[in-house]
Amino acid sequence: MSDFQLPEDLQYTRDDEWVKSEPDGHYRVGITDYAQQQLGDIVFVELPSPGDTFEAGQPFGVVESVKAVSDLFAPTSMEILEVNQDLEEAPESINAECYGIGWLIRVKATEPEALDQLLDRQGYQKTIEERS
Amino acid sequence: MSELRKTPLHDQHQALGARMVDFAGFAMPVQYTSIKQEHAAVRERAGLFDVSHMGQIEIAGPGAVECAEKLLTCPIASLRPGRVRYGVLCNETGGCVDDVTVYRKSDTAFFLCVNAANVEKDFLWIKRHAPEAVTVIDQSDQTALLALQGPASASILDRVSSLTSTDKKVSGLGRFRFAAADLSGHPVQISRTGYTGADGFEIYLPAESAASIFETLMDAGRDDGLETAGLGARDTLRLEAALPLYGHELDDSTSPLEAGLDRFIKSQTGGFLGAEAIQRREEQGRVRQLVGFVIEGRGIPRGGYPIALDGTEVGSVTSGGPSPTLGSAIGLGYVPPELAAVGTEIDIVIRDRSVQARVVKTPFIGAA
Repeated sequence: MSDFQLPEDLQYTRDDEWVKSEPDGHYRVGITDYAQQQLGDIVFVELPSPGDTFEAGQPFGVVESVKAVSDLFAPTSMEILEVNQDLEEAPESINAECYGIGWLIRVKATEPEALDQLLDRQGYQKTIEERS
Repeated sequence: MSELRKTPLHDQHQALGARMVDFAGFAMPVQYTSIKQEHAAVRERAGLFDVSHMGQIEIAGPGAVECAEKLLTCPIASLRPGRVRYGVLCNETGGCVDDVTVYRKSDTAFFLCVNAANVEKDFLWIKRHAPEAVTVIDQSDQTALLALQGPASASILDRVSSLTSTDKKVSGLGRFRFAAADLSGHPVQISRTGYTGADGFEIYLPAESAASIFETLMDAGRDDGLETAGLGARDTLRLEAALPLYGHELDDSTSPLEAGLDRFIKSQTGGFLGAEAIQRREEQGRVRQLVGFVIEGRGIPRGGYPIALDGTEVGSVTSGGPSPTLGSAIGLGYVPPELAAVGTEIDIVIRDRSVQARVVKTPFIGAA
C-alpha cells in the first residue's frame, strides 16, 4: 500500500471521508487521501444543492473515477450550505489536493453531538489496515 | 487473490506497484500509475501491456483450412501464411461464441488468439466441430503475450528485434501481418495488431522468456517514454477505437451483424456455422443495432445503464466511460435500428436522470 496523508486536525469516517470543524461552527467535508488513491483519476463529481438535508449515512453524491462509480455518504446528519462548484470543471482537484481545493461540501451539522462518534486519525488508519 | 491464476509477469507487476484485479480468473494489473497517464502514453508515445491471460488455440493438420473456414465468419482460404484476420466464432443461433484474431502459420496450421474468459468454451467448441484429422491444441499456458502499442512502438522494437527469415526490420511488417522474430536472443512471433486503435504490435513468446523480454522492452523504450499500461487504459483505448469487448458488446445471443461487424463476415448466405441463422434473423428484421454515442449533458455512461427516448427505455449501454483523448464521455450501446443513424439524439439514464447523448460515427477517434 502506498503512503497517504491523514492530517491530525481532521475527523474521519469509515466511508473514507474527512470532516473539518471550521471557526464559524460549521463543517467542511471531503474524501481522504487513501480514498482518492484507491479511486485513481477522478473524472466526475455529482454533488447536492445548498439547502438539501441528509441523515447520517445517507448517500449525498457520487465521485467517479475512470473505471468506478462511488457513492458519497453523509458523515453526519447535515444541511448543505455550499458545494465546491470548481469540481464540476476540475474534478481532478480531488486527486491533487483532497484536503484543500478538492473539498466537496460545507455543511451545518443538524445533530452536532453525533460528530463525537467520528474517528480520529489513528482510528481511521486502523480501519484501513483491517481492510487489507 | 491467492486462488487467481498468475501470468508469467506477476512478480514484475507487483514490483512496479500495480493495482491487481481479478479479470477472467487471472490476477491482472488494472493500472500502474494512472489510467489517464497510461492512456496518454499509448496515444502519444508507447505503452507495454501484459495480456498473457488471453488464450491461444492451434488448429492444424489436413482439413484445418476447411475446419477454420467453417467455424469463422472471416474468409480463411484467401488468408495467406503470415497474415492475420479478425473474425467471429458463431453458434447455431447466429450468436457469438467469441471474437478472435486468426493467424495463418502455414498451409495447414492456424492459431487463434481468444478472450481469456472464453478459452475453454472456444476450445471445446472447435474440438467438437473439428474432423478427427485436425488437431486442436490449447497453447495458452505455454504462451505469454505482450502488446506494445503506440506511435513509438516500431522504433522501440527495431532496436531489440529483427525478423528471422527475411532481412526486413520489424517496423517493415505491414498491418495485420506477423512473422517469426528474434528478440534479444529469444524466439518470438511478432504481429502488427492491437486493441487500442493505435499503431502497435503483439508479441507472442514462450512463457519462460516473458520476464527477460519485458525488461528488454522497457529498457529499449525508456528514452521514448514507454510506460507499462494496465487493463484500465486498455479499456479506455479500445472504447475510443470502438472495438467490441466480449461480454459487453458481444455474447452468445448477439449476432455479429447487430454488433456492426458486417465487414468481418464473408457471406450472409452460407459458408460458416451460424450463417443461416444470421440470415434468418436478418429476414425477420433486425431488432437492435450497436451504436457509438457522445454524452452532451453532464454524466458518464457505464455498462448496463438504460438508453431511453422520450422517457421510454429503448436499449442499454454496453460500455462507457470518459474518453481521455476527446475529453468527453462516450459509450457503446444497443438501440432499435431506427435510432441508429448518426446524429440521432438519445437519452442515457444515469442514476434515474436522463442525460442527452448523440449517436456518432465510430471509431470515436481517427484511425492510427
